[in-house]
Amino acid sequence: AAARGCGGVWRRAWQRGAGGPAPVPRGQRAVACNARGGAVPAGKSGLAPWVPVVGLEIHAQISSNSKLFSGSQVQFAAAPNSLVSFFDASLPGTLPVLNRRCVEAAVMTGLALNCSINKRSLFDRKHYFYADLPAGYQITQQRVPIAVNGSLSYSLCIDNKMSQMVTKTVRIKQIQLEQDSGKSLHDDTRNQTLVDLNRAGVGLMEVVMEPDMCCGEEAAAAVRELQLILQTLGSSQAVMAAGQLRVDANVSVHHPGEHYGVRTEVKNINSLRFLAKAVDYEIQRQIEELENGGTILNETRAFDSKLGCTVPMRDKEGKQDYRFMPEPNLPPLILYDAKSLPANMNHQQVVNIDWIHERLPDLPSVKRAKLVERYGILPEHGFTLLNEDGLTEFFENVVKQTQMKPKKVIGWILNDLLSYLKQHSLTVKESPVSSFLLADLLNLLEKKEISSTAAKQVLAELWKGEGKTPFEIVKEKKLELIDQKELEQICQVVIDGQENEVIMMVLG
Amino acid sequence: AALKGGLRFQVSAALKEGRVTPTELCQRCLSLIKSTKFLNAYITVAEETALKQAEESETRYRRGQPLGVLDGIPIAVKDNFNTAGIETTCASNMLKGYISPYNATVVQKLLDQGAVLLGKTNLDEFAMGSGSTDGVFGPVRNPWSYSRQYREKSVPKSRSEDEESNWVITGGSSGGSAAAVSSFTCFAALGSDTGGSTRNPAAHCGVVGLKPTYGLISRHGLIPLVNSMDVPGILTRCVDDAAVVLGSLAGHDPKDSTTIQDNFKPFELPNLTDVSKLSIGIPKEYHAPGLSSEILALWSKAADLFKNAGAKVVEVSLPHTRYSIVCYHVLCTAEVASNMARFDGLEYGHRSDMNKSTESMYAATRREGFNDVVRGRILSGNYFLLKQNYENYFIKAQKVRRLIANDFVKVFGSGVDILLTPTTLSDAVPYMEFIKEDNRTRSAQDDILTQAANMAGLPAINVPTGLSERGLPVGLQFIGQSFQEKQLLTVAKWFEKQVKFPMIQLEVKRHDHSAFQHQKPAFFS
Repeated sequence: AAARGCGGVWRRAWQRGAGGPAPVPRGQRAVACNARGGAVPAGKSGLAPWVPVVGLEIHAQISSNSKLFSGSQVQFAAAPNSLVSFFDASLPGTLPVLNRRCVEAAVMTGLALNCSINKRSLFDRKHYFYADLPAGYQITQQRVPIAVNGSLSYSLCIDNKMSQMVTKTVRIKQIQLEQDSGKSLHDDTRNQTLVDLNRAGVGLMEVVMEPDMCCGEEAAAAVRELQLILQTLGSSQAVMAAGQLRVDANVSVHHPGEHYGVRTEVKNINSLRFLAKAVDYEIQRQIEELENGGTILNETRAFDSKLGCTVPMRDKEGKQDYRFMPEPNLPPLILYDAKSLPANMNHQQVVNIDWIHERLPDLPSVKRAKLVERYGILPEHGFTLLNEDGLTEFFENVVKQTQMKPKKVIGWILNDLLSYLKQHSLTVKESPVSSFLLADLLNLLEKKEISSTAAKQVLAELWKGEGKTPFEIVKEKKLELIDQKELEQICQVVIDGQENEVIMMVLG
Repeated sequence: AALKGGLRFQVSAALKEGRVTPTELCQRCLSLIKSTKFLNAYITVAEETALKQAEESETRYRRGQPLGVLDGIPIAVKDNFNTAGIETTCASNMLKGYISPYNATVVQKLLDQGAVLLGKTNLDEFAMGSGSTDGVFGPVRNPWSYSRQYREKSVPKSRSEDEESNWVITGGSSGGSAAAVSSFTCFAALGSDTGGSTRNPAAHCGVVGLKPTYGLISRHGLIPLVNSMDVPGILTRCVDDAAVVLGSLAGHDPKDSTTIQDNFKPFELPNLTDVSKLSIGIPKEYHAPGLSSEILALWSKAADLFKNAGAKVVEVSLPHTRYSIVCYHVLCTAEVASNMARFDGLEYGHRSDMNKSTESMYAATRREGFNDVVRGRILSGNYFLLKQNYENYFIKAQKVRRLIANDFVKVFGSGVDILLTPTTLSDAVPYMEFIKEDNRTRSAQDDILTQAANMAGLPAINVPTGLSERGLPVGLQFIGQSFQEKQLLTVAKWFEKQVKFPMIQLEVKRHDHSAFQHQKPAFFS
């Protein structure tokens, strides 16, 4: 167990109020997670330390043209109820037909997460009444999911320093295929609920991560790595803001050596930053609750991003019995590998695990290692390059077009380009300075035609996006470096013209 | 004359030779539907679209390009199959007025082959029942209640009683379809068969009722009762016709993942002359409590018929059959609970005016929309699916189901070709007697001989065999091996030929009281 999770131990990181009931402002203080895996030194309070445990359930919307069991198109932000087939609306007599693309995406994801792929998996019905669940049940994989027993390695930096990174592993319990629900829009003023079924039936992969994490930062780092993997595979676009990646966190705390505490499930988290915040808030809330002699309820809580806290979800009160049942309209999902593939089988109709395995693209970890090796950059540079969509390509394009060493180029990319983009909330693709222009500029620098200070000045001009080339800017602003002889000549001219002053200076 | 003939040989030939036109045929059926309205066999009669379809068929015949044997043939469809543009109600308040935007695959296939869809037939609400008495549109009356055969043998004895109390039920739940075929208002009808719902009414109404192998015919568009057992059923006047309809419906459907992958080749039934290579199994467990002595006698007569013709007739055992009713009850109600969850009043069907909250709207909608039988099954099904009960009920029932299915595998593995059993315990009972027992008790009793075939997914057929002492039809059931419909039907056809089941002598006199009192009493014989 020490190999995974941070094994870190927390203490209450704040002073209790002077006995009064006044609530301590929770979540204000960043909770330091001991990413090194050592024990956190005892706090001032001297109380027994707490071990937080964090597990995640992640729903990734499968990137596919059509839904999991119907031919309806999948599209974000289409007109309400414009992408609804008879099956999606659960018209009586309609039946599910499994979308092969969704199966392939799940297999790909399972392989990338080191899972064993079940060659025979099953579909189940999970029942509950809700306005955006037209059939009254969701088709999921409760008994035998498509992939099990995997792992995900992710890295995070210690003490906010990029130079100190540790790599951790979280076990993947399973990946299951299931249907997404529709969306309910509650109009409280008119006391109405409006239902949009465009999302109903879209394919989801539910990735269940074992409780191997211990703080918000770890959770966020693990999800970030998963997100990169999904995007690399193309199995999900995994944009959290678009609801393509939804994370629920299971959080509990206990004392070392004791059983895990009662856990709560935190939902309604829609960014990585909020994930870290929500988890840390929930850990602190539970510690405080327990230290105040309270108990933790096994409940579902929602993260309120405005208030930065978690609150109990009203409609999730009371225990649900989902009355699981095998889905009778779908035969077992059978997958093949090269060995088990029957010779007479139509290849269009089967999913071959080996075939998918051979065609997996380089995963982020491999990509990073290759960048480090090929360009001689530092490992943490690899992380930064991959973290921003399109940044690796940008970097490689610059390197191709310049004589400057990649090691030097990376500084310009990370320090100048990236910080500018961040400041202006731009993506790499939106950068006013193309890789071509930056390479041009770096070439001037490399040929010693301008100084590094001048290069920064030119870059500042380039951001304006006025269509000038670096060379033009250098000329215009007369930023060229001048060689020694020229400099001496200039000096001589100056000296010659100011004879009196020179004499005065020489005489002192 | 053509009206009463079989499909393959008489009607189709008459149409081809121009002795009758599809429009004439359709009009005759429509007027018969009107004059037999009191049977309550149809929920919806699609007169306008039927006549239009007949017209189109007529054009094809005139051009000499009919689509096949079914072109121009009037058919009826049980009201739990979706039909685009024609109401699909499941005989429930929940779907009253519901017009589906699509055709069930089987309906589409029939239409594609030129069949003329006369209307939708009556049933027990959501096909839950064995009498066709528990639908929101009222019970179906067995045409044999109005036959000369029944009147001569039964009615004189009870002349003093109110005539209304003498009519007998059709059996169910496809009673409307069976009555429609039996009363000559259509040539073939679709039913559905989950525990015997096609074979049971076929037996009571004296028609052929085929339940094909699970997976041979698409269920897409059939509003489900139990998905893992439902099969579209075929009701016809003779075995040859059942083969024709089967040939037009069977095969893979991309919209139903539980259908077979292979393409199905339609077949014509040979005239069997030699049955000596045949091994007929007589399962002793079908000698069930409550089996009437006359059916038992008929059953052994049938066995002798095979024996005398040279077939091997052996007693076999299906030891787990006795658990089938209990097992079915758990599996059926569990799936019902699940399948009925979609009827919440939001997307389609009945919606209650109750608008306090979404939950109260759900509750009121479902209370108003479903009858007691449906609600009762939903309740018990949800009970069986509860986390604490799932192992003890659902899982156990699934295991028992496997045992029941394995019994058949063993018997067929021992060299038996086909099983011969009764279809029902007795002939049809009068409605007044039938409703003395509740739906659950009735279903449990009536499905006992038919249900195991659904558990095992096997093909089975009711062949009308003779008349009871009361002048009512009695049928026997043949159960075949998976996907061996050709063998099953060939044997059934041979048997049909031997027994020469009498034609119904339908007398529609005083009963024609509802809409067509002005008409002269009609007598169809």
